[in-house]
Amino acid sequence: MSRGAKPMGATRREVLAAGAGAFSLIIARPASATPESMAEAIKAFVGGAEVRKGKVALEIPPLVENGNSVPLKVSVESPMTPQDYVKTIAIFNERNPQPNVANFHLTPRAGRAEVSTRIRLGDSQNIIAIAQLSDDTFWSDTAELIVTLPACVES
Amino acid sequence: MARALINVPATAKRGAVIEIKALISHPMETGYRTGVDGALIPRDIIKRFICTYNGEEIFSVDLFPAVAANPFFAFTTIATESGLIAFRWFDDKGRAQLETAKITVE
Repeated sequence: MSRGAKPMGATRREVLAAGAGAFSLIIARPASATPESMAEAIKAFVGGAEVRKGKVALEIPPLVENGNSVPLKVSVESPMTPQDYVKTIAIFNERNPQPNVANFHLTPRAGRAEVSTRIRLGDSQNIIAIAQLSDDTFWSDTAELIVTLPACVES
Repeated sequence: MARALINVPATAKRGAVIEIKALISHPMETGYRTGVDGALIPRDIIKRFICTYNGEEIFSVDLFPAVAANPFFAFTTIATESGLIAFRWFDDKGRAQLETAKITVE
């Protein structure tokens, strides 16, 4: 069947087959985290406490070329004294296969509440950093970024 | 387990906040990738990193597959006394690695 003989391009059957193919491509992708599963992971971390915006500064490039290694830095406004310090900083993402990225456990001996690492991102998405202070209040910062070459595509 | 790079100042003033950097070579295989035969490559990541200063834990991390290969961490601590800063990594296959650095506080 030549394309020239059929100006309309595709028969109904071809269109249906192509549609089925596209659908199977979608469902063949590994299960991915969603904003809902991220919300669940955050709930598991904060345990129903209120998460307020502020105190936390999440530094991550807004445009990332390679999702396999994205530099990330989190700092929290805190005196870091035995009475008032940051206990945990947790990083969450929306669209990787799992919503958790890393949990950092700090002590008053840190001097400054500041950590850096490198992470993987499977897609353009929002990243959230939540800090748990020693008085068990939770503070957060969100960053949105675009990934041009996501991780997890090389296989 | 692997090659590790750690960066701790050799000397520091008492009470100064010093920056510590630690990097270890590890594939951090996510468990979500498939190999050439189409089968899933089993997960193999470092799950936990702990840093101690003269035996007392000063910093630790729970890692998930979203941490990039060759995990790198930078963090700070107060130089309290001369001694040993120890770094421990634990992975899915039960392997552990210990690295240490000496610091002189004056």
